[in-house]
Amino acid sequence: MRDLTNDILELIRRTSSSLPKDVEERLRAAVEKEAPGSAARGALETILKNIELSRANSTPICQDTGTPIFYVHYPEVCCSTRKIREQIRAALAEATKRSYMRPNAVDAVYDNNTGDNLGGDDFPYIHFEEVEADKPLVIELMLKGGGCENVGRQYSLPDNNLGAGRDLAGVRKVVLDAVQKAQGQGCAPGILGVAIGGNRGLSYTKSKEVLFDKLGARNADPKLAELEERLTEEANQMGIGPMGFGGQTTVIDTKITGLHRLPASYFVSVSYMCWAYRRRKMTVWEDRVEYD
Amino acid sequence: MRSITTPISDDLVRELKVGEPVLLSGVMVTGRDAAHKWLIETFIKKTREPKDGDLQVYEDLKKLLNGSVIYHCGPVVSGLDTKEYKFVAAGPTTSIREEPYQADVMKHFNVKGVIGKGGMGAKTLKGCQEVPFVYFHAIGGAASYIAQSVQKVLGVYKMEFGVPEAMWGIEVKDFPVVVTMDSHGGSQHAVIDESSKTVLDDLLARPY
Repeated sequence: MRDLTNDILELIRRTSSSLPKDVEERLRAAVEKEAPGSAARGALETILKNIELSRANSTPICQDTGTPIFYVHYPEVCCSTRKIREQIRAALAEATKRSYMRPNAVDAVYDNNTGDNLGGDDFPYIHFEEVEADKPLVIELMLKGGGCENVGRQYSLPDNNLGAGRDLAGVRKVVLDAVQKAQGQGCAPGILGVAIGGNRGLSYTKSKEVLFDKLGARNADPKLAELEERLTEEANQMGIGPMGFGGQTTVIDTKITGLHRLPASYFVSVSYMCWAYRRRKMTVWEDRVEYD
Repeated sequence: MRSITTPISDDLVRELKVGEPVLLSGVMVTGRDAAHKWLIETFIKKTREPKDGDLQVYEDLKKLLNGSVIYHCGPVVSGLDTKEYKFVAAGPTTSIREEPYQADVMKHFNVKGVIGKGGMGAKTLKGCQEVPFVYFHAIGGAASYIAQSVQKVLGVYKMEFGVPEAMWGIEVKDFPVVVTMDSHGGSQHAVIDESSKTVLDDLLARPY
């Protein structure tokens, strides 16, 4: 297996500095919906200028370069996951030196910042998934900032305060509540990742995993697809708007995944992704690396 | 659009109202979670002893902050090896985490503005009226764009907090912000929170 450190470094550079086109297109469309001269429109115009500038100069879109979340899809009989892990960590330390990434790993007990984005075995977070032998090696990266991570919520249904029972009607209520509570704190307009079911940990993990999908891609289950669209539409009725300044676009898209749960538990986890929705992927072919 | 250069007078603070866009110039200091906690504990509540060099930092900060602005920001900074610091990315961080500390810090150091995102709560709003000072909202995530308005890094304090948490003295030019909490009790955040809650209650009452 060849050394991919430099290719992963390029993946990190692209992810931190170049917002995916599908996200940028949605933000461009959102500008047109806000009144000329409004704070909401001003916010979106600044956001769009920032997107262009970051891409042109290879500087971070947001100074909070977030939790690096890697998903590695490796074909059987291809690679050493141990070596891939080492290469990802080396690339991340180099990316930090080059200011593509802010040093973001802080020891929670002793409060010191490691300075290179490497902390223990779990920072960065790397998930490995084996795929068939004829598939290429694919590495996905998502950078999720702390501001939006802090406004994520998990509900245990039934929730009496919201009158939310153990069904999709209850799911709808708690997700709308999460959007209202987030206000502009998570850097609206945001994207919602929702997991229904699972245990507490899995539910949160899966609510982030759905955010790797393209905007507009709907769940295959028509019941969930309908709820995804309805939640986006109803969240926008609340008028929180870009940055919480008030306005038309609060949520750009909603993605839901349904899991299995224990009879006793019914968790709904909402991961809020800020507008700086940084996710990229690299595919390793025999003779080249392709970036998406 | 109004342009303001620090130091800012109380009269000017009183002129600023919610909704007004402003271009800020002059000297300001970044400070976020570790900095606010440290300032409160070491110099205001005095529940911990100053360490070596802390008193000198305190004297420097008193001068820098008087009439000036605190920016809730954890920047990406280049030139760490050579100490030729340059701000590469410097958008605002979420302000509400400083809610327990903000008003007391502003009062103690006579700070006239705080820049952040997401707005702050009732204790800070009361401080806005009493000190007085205003809350300026920057555009969250617009980090490369805002970094361009940082002309010069004047110095850094408490680097042991790490790059994001250290206090960076900076000189800015035409930093774009919007007043969202003023010294007359106005808060855009309180208004939007209330109106969105009314809509939410209506949505929750609808059948599925």
